[in-house]
Amino acid sequence: MSTSLRNQIRVLIAKPGLDGHDRGAKVIARALRDAGFEVIYTGLHQTPEMVVQAAVQEDVHVVGLSVLSGAHNALVPEIIDGVKKTGLNDVLFLVGGIIPEEDFDLLKKAGAQMVFTPGTSLEEIVQAIDRLAPKR
Amino acid sequence: MSESKNSKLRAEWEKRREAVEKKVPPRNVRFTTLSDMEVPLLGTPDDLEKIGFDYERDLGFPGEYPYTRGVQHNMYRGKLWTMRQFAGFSSPEETNKRFKLLLEQGQTGLSTAFDMPTLMGYDCDSPKGKGEVGKCGVSVSSLQDMEDLFKGIPLGEVTTSMTINGPAIVILAMYYAMAEKQGIPKEKVRGTLQNDILKEYIAQKEWLFPIAPAVKLVIDTIEYGTQHYPNWNTVSISGYHIREAGATAVQELAFTLADGMAYVEESIKRGMPVDEFAPRLSFFFDVHNDFFEEIAKFRAARRIWARMMKDRYKAKSQKSWMLRTHAQTAGVSLTAQQPVNNVVRVAVQALAGVLGGVNSLHTNSMDETLALPTDESVLVALRTQQILAEESGIANYADPLGGSYLVEALTNKVEAEALEYIKKIDEMGGMVKAVENGYPQAEIANSAYHFQRQLEKKEKVMVGVNRYQSEEKKRAMETLYIDRSVEKRQSDKLAALRAKRDNVAVNKCLAQLKTDAEANKNLMPPIIEAVKAYATLQEVCDTLRGFYGEYREDGKF
Repeated sequence: MSTSLRNQIRVLIAKPGLDGHDRGAKVIARALRDAGFEVIYTGLHQTPEMVVQAAVQEDVHVVGLSVLSGAHNALVPEIIDGVKKTGLNDVLFLVGGIIPEEDFDLLKKAGAQMVFTPGTSLEEIVQAIDRLAPKR
Repeated sequence: MSESKNSKLRAEWEKRREAVEKKVPPRNVRFTTLSDMEVPLLGTPDDLEKIGFDYERDLGFPGEYPYTRGVQHNMYRGKLWTMRQFAGFSSPEETNKRFKLLLEQGQTGLSTAFDMPTLMGYDCDSPKGKGEVGKCGVSVSSLQDMEDLFKGIPLGEVTTSMTINGPAIVILAMYYAMAEKQGIPKEKVRGTLQNDILKEYIAQKEWLFPIAPAVKLVIDTIEYGTQHYPNWNTVSISGYHIREAGATAVQELAFTLADGMAYVEESIKRGMPVDEFAPRLSFFFDVHNDFFEEIAKFRAARRIWARMMKDRYKAKSQKSWMLRTHAQTAGVSLTAQQPVNNVVRVAVQALAGVLGGVNSLHTNSMDETLALPTDESVLVALRTQQILAEESGIANYADPLGGSYLVEALTNKVEAEALEYIKKIDEMGGMVKAVENGYPQAEIANSAYHFQRQLEKKEKVMVGVNRYQSEEKKRAMETLYIDRSVEKRQSDKLAALRAKRDNVAVNKCLAQLKTDAEANKNLMPPIIEAVKAYATLQEVCDTLRGFYGEYREDGKF
């Protein structure tokens, strides 16, 4: 996807829960912005409702959820359901963080299309968004 | 000044080297440390002449000012470093079992990891902590949990470290209350509270209150500890999280020391003589992959702190000058890919820590980038330290690399660059101001991004990640899985506590706490009273949040 097309894509990078590990979220937010996407970062310690609200307000195409605290199984489905309930049905959900493989299925069933674990390159994430972000 | 013999010899050799390099060109254009600091191929006597190296002034002897060579006269011959593995998960009872396992296996100190709700001052039944109870550490909501956590562990004999910051004063109150109930004399209560709130705003991001009242609470614990618990380390000034968030070695060193200086200055403002509280300040650094950079960092840290305490803060006691430090191997260096390789990384990092003269060490387990470590992997990590201590022979020596032309030059370089940062922070009006302005936060974010870019371009290598990848069979490793039943069990336990405690007494204590907060008194005494009445962590924190408000960070990136 060219940079001029990417700037039509709004990406919300969110830190749900109490987890304070924001190195990854910030690096990815910056890389996506440098790649040409429009990026909004929620900041830390967001409740699921706050993330849903931000996604709706900004009318985003992509929500990237960063969780390194182990709370992903509780937080991710709640956020995805919340966004879908507002009628935003085509949002691409990505999850990144310390996610044990045995939880991948649960997250994918909940609606997360990709789960990225440590060692993922920024380029892989950019390409996933290019490929999977909804065209509106 | 005429050219010295050494510099002449060096210059001649450089010419011969250049000639050879025409045939065998260097592998890279730049040779840098992990932190991207450019480094020389070798050191020679000429390097020491250039930096005006003076043995007595710059190194001295182990156990003596400026402590470049370590804080003990006989270093590890007298007492090995403390092997202190950070542990905590699930319920207090589960963590208590892990503590006992580690002690049985020869660990010499305890170190407690708390879960996210506890770190943020919420009880286990708060909706804010949904899904997080017991995940990253142990859940502690009341004095009852604290008692269960340390049940059967002789607190008068084992030193305990507790990694908590935002609500540190409440957890410390619980610890003091528990020790008192066990009948341990106050001077025998030994251990360390992390309690370094500045680095929370900078890096770890588990905060409760705005910066000024949060720092006030830290100074309350320093003041109270100095008066009542003479052997408790009230603050562990921590670079670990700063480094893990992406800082370079120099940034880690500079920001950590600047945080320490802020606590010293605030304590002096409170009216405490520097030599009364400074001996109880301890430090905590990361020990990362770049072997010599790390060794230089530890040596420079001790030298800068000693000079700072003596010259700037006029400390007279040697104990105030000494930078005693714990170190932990670098969590961020661990890879989920080919995780057994992590054992090797940890060993190399631990070796750097010991050669750097640390006083206490945590070695990470190979599976920590996947989940909390299993019993088995924790033991490998502990055994790594035991092998270094008792097989490798390195514990025979104090500062064995001291005097190396290269290591001395690197130590000076790291020191000079850190002092540059400290100067900049001074010009901003000190670390509290710098943090309020987001200065260290932005510097760290820039370094983190720079490093990630270097990884992508393969300018920096992570074996198994951006080089030497191999197809592995999935789920190569058994990991520890914390299920959500602990949330329910802990919540039921807390509900039962609330039903059986004297709620009138609890409310009275909380009201007293509010009154004392309004009067700007030291809050340690009313918090101790409140937790003794089994007020919960969140009840105490909410009382303080009601008065001080909460800290919020914007979504800058």
